[in-house]
Amino acid sequence: MTFLEVIFYLLASIAIISGLMMISIKNPVQAALWLVLGFIATAGIWITAQAEFLGLVLILVYVGALMVLFLFVVMMLDVNITQIKERFTAYLPLGILTSIAIFAIMYMVIGPDRYGVDQMPVPKSMPADFSNTKLLAIPLYTEHAYAFVLAAVLLLVGIVAAITLTLRRRAPSVVLYQDIDKQVKVQRNDRFKIIKMDAVVEEDVKPIDEDEEGKK
Amino acid sequence: MIALSDYLLFGSILFMISMAGIFLNRKNVIILLMSIELLLLAVNTNLIAFSYYLNDVTGQIFVFFILTVAAAEAAIGLAIIVLVFRNRKSINVDDLDSLKG
Amino acid sequence: MDLHTLLLAILLLPLFGSIAAGLFGRQLGRKWSHRVATFGVGIATILSAYNFWLFNFAGHEVYNASVYTWLVSDGIKFEIGFLIDSLSSTMMLVVTFVSTMVHIYTIGYMDHDEDYGHDDPYYQRFFSYISLFTFSMLSLVMANNFLQLFFGWEAVGLVSYLLIGFYMKRESAIQANLKAFLVNRVGDFGFLLGIAIVVMYFNTLDYAEFFAGLDAHKDTTISFFPGTEWSMITAMCLLLFVGAMGKSAQMPLHVWLPESMEGPTPISALIHAATMVTAGIFMVARLSPAYEMSEAALSTIMIIGATTAFMMGMLGIVQEDIKRVVAYSTLSQLGYMTAALGASAYAVSMFHVFTHAFFKALLFLAAGSVIVAMHHHQDIRKMGGLYKYMPITYGSMLIGSLALIGFPGFSGFFSKDSILLGLERSDVFGSGYALSLLLIGVFVSAFYSFRMFFIVFHGKESEYVKTHEIKESPWVITLPLVLLVIPSVLLGLPLVEGILSGSYFADAITIHPENDVLMKVYTEYYHGVWAMITHSFVSLPVILALSGVFLAWFLYIAKPELPAKIKNLCPRGNWVLKNSYGFDRFNEIVFTAGTKKLGTFFTNVIDIKTIDIGMVKNTFMAVANSAGAMRLAQTGYLYHYAFVMIFSLLAMLAWVMW
Repeated sequence: MTFLEVIFYLLASIAIISGLMMISIKNPVQAALWLVLGFIATAGIWITAQAEFLGLVLILVYVGALMVLFLFVVMMLDVNITQIKERFTAYLPLGILTSIAIFAIMYMVIGPDRYGVDQMPVPKSMPADFSNTKLLAIPLYTEHAYAFVLAAVLLLVGIVAAITLTLRRRAPSVVLYQDIDKQVKVQRNDRFKIIKMDAVVEEDVKPIDEDEEGKK
Repeated sequence: MIALSDYLLFGSILFMISMAGIFLNRKNVIILLMSIELLLLAVNTNLIAFSYYLNDVTGQIFVFFILTVAAAEAAIGLAIIVLVFRNRKSINVDDLDSLKG
Repeated sequence: MDLHTLLLAILLLPLFGSIAAGLFGRQLGRKWSHRVATFGVGIATILSAYNFWLFNFAGHEVYNASVYTWLVSDGIKFEIGFLIDSLSSTMMLVVTFVSTMVHIYTIGYMDHDEDYGHDDPYYQRFFSYISLFTFSMLSLVMANNFLQLFFGWEAVGLVSYLLIGFYMKRESAIQANLKAFLVNRVGDFGFLLGIAIVVMYFNTLDYAEFFAGLDAHKDTTISFFPGTEWSMITAMCLLLFVGAMGKSAQMPLHVWLPESMEGPTPISALIHAATMVTAGIFMVARLSPAYEMSEAALSTIMIIGATTAFMMGMLGIVQEDIKRVVAYSTLSQLGYMTAALGASAYAVSMFHVFTHAFFKALLFLAAGSVIVAMHHHQDIRKMGGLYKYMPITYGSMLIGSLALIGFPGFSGFFSKDSILLGLERSDVFGSGYALSLLLIGVFVSAFYSFRMFFIVFHGKESEYVKTHEIKESPWVITLPLVLLVIPSVLLGLPLVEGILSGSYFADAITIHPENDVLMKVYTEYYHGVWAMITHSFVSLPVILALSGVFLAWFLYIAKPELPAKIKNLCPRGNWVLKNSYGFDRFNEIVFTAGTKKLGTFFTNVIDIKTIDIGMVKNTFMAVANSAGAMRLAQTGYLYHYAFVMIFSLLAMLAWVMW
């Protein structure tokens, strides 16, 4: 058993165990964390298959971005965990049975009998300075440039769709919005008026001559 | 030596697990979504393994695109879950049965 | 004017009149409507007369041409065409002449009507119908193919239906026209099947091609049921004759004709006596080459015809309605014509058609004149002693009746006597039976004709006649009577020799030499017209006829109390005759009730139980039930759908692996 094999089986067991934990655990936060572990282990397996760039991307994009998004949503939704009572034991035997049956058939198709070392010899290892990134990049930007652009557009659409779906406009009485168009367009006259008024002159008040009356 | 079948069987085990996850889990839609992510991961593993053993980089390019689509899908899926929760105050799978005939 | 245009004009002028009176009757008004219609038919009559002269005296050869090809399907041409020869040209003249007389007569007869207001366009409608009838009958007569024959056949049936039910506010008229229509459908069904056989075996609708193909099919057989072989030509002839039985009211399809008297009298004269009912006779004569090839068909025709002639004549004795008496005499005379066809005496049969057309139209129009004078009362018991009030009608009725009974010298004598002479010499199976029935028929028809004549014009004046003012009809009614008297008396004299010798219809009628009874009559018996007349006074038919007249005189003038006694003596016989041998009851019980039962069965069992409940309701119940069952699967839970997907994936994988 070579070192590589040890690494492979170790990582594989980790990935499988974390997958099992992910589907069986009740707490969604813990499930997400188990999934992160599974992703990391799988990334390692990809690297053993000499797909270094994709393994790193998996960790960066999935673990770094997507799983954080999951965790964010899980926590934001504030799901009451105690309320979530498991009931799946009723379906468990049937599910396990079906999965095992499918796996058995898969084993017959893709098992060592057909894809063992004898049938598919292991390719030679690449030299140490070999760049998997370069290998991937050249056809991606030449042959598959069109698909690449489409993928970019797809991501943009995904962003727009996600924002549009979750955007919630509340009534102006609850939340005040800034309207930048209106702010820019505003004129002086919209803000204040100059009103011309005649000046008001106070009338002279005749002092009552008390003394004169008194004189009379 | 790691045989191709080892990679493939590993992928199929992951696939089985996530599939079981989809129909065993009936409480939380988010875990459903995570299972789908795991499902895609299993498929990607297959592609990478074949790419390695057949010495053809196209498999890896495929994985690249699948990752892109999966990311977009997860984003939109989460957005939908947020909407569902906002409208129903629940993401319990058992509550989502308005398709019942 | 070339012949083509001439024929088209004859055919289309009545149609023009019909359309003008029918569609623009309100705008034209009463006067112009009857002017246009009568004018159209009148011109057609003059042209037909010219055409008649052309073909029968100027010796024009047979004209057979297509005017218009409607469509060609699988080699069968659907055409409109004319076949003009002595037969059709004579028939055209008769049709148009009687039609013109009826048009003129109608102006007077239909002037007032109890059923309709004066402003109601019933008057224009009537003219439209009779002109349309003329058009239809002409197209039937002039046809050179089965399609046009069938068109004319159905069109005259339609007009007949419309006119029998002309008084649509009367229940009895509606019943009568429905009956006429349905009974004719039975006949037409046979007729259509006959045409179908023609198309099937001869692959043509054209007469000429049909005749040309006859010899090749002499021994062709047809199998209606497995194991039975019929001569194809016999089957075809009999089926076509079923159509003729319907149209020409032969037993047992005669039941509609007496009831058709519900229609206005001019119609009874034109359609139900003079022209339409003779269409069947005309058709058989036209197809004589085919009928000549089937002795079985001829024999059947003769027996049916003779039976009809006798039995329907008997019914004429007990009728009280003036028109019904004439109607039953029509039935009887049609029987004579049919019997003559059976003896291969087509020429004489057609001869009788012509003479009958004139004298029967005359009788009907005279009866109509009486009805007008009697303020639309038709019961002969209310009449009596009318001869001094309406001399012209009296005279024409007398002449018509004499022609009908075959009094020597009158037109009817020649045709009827020729039929009897011909039958005497026929050796077709059943000719003896037919001859004896027809001879008794002569006596019977003389009796009932003069019974009616004596009751109506002589005898005691009834209460009605005494209390009401009876006067002769206006000139538009009497003029056609006078005009019809002329051919009724004289038509026989010039024609009889040509008919008997076979030269008159030489180009139209084919007779096998061994069947040619007329030729035998001509060579053995005929020695000129005057010899025929003088000899007849000592022959059996005339003696029988005169004794019939005498008996009528004796019973109804000399001893008027006797008939009631005789009636009481044999009530059963009277009952049978009064009920027309129970044909109507039979039809009512068997066909009407049977159809109703069948219909009820179909409604309840087939329609309601099988279709409505069995198929329709069960279908939607099944859909609803299965949908209800499948609805249970639609739980709306995501994990159920996911499980189904995965389980299906498992199944599919397993299937692929095996």
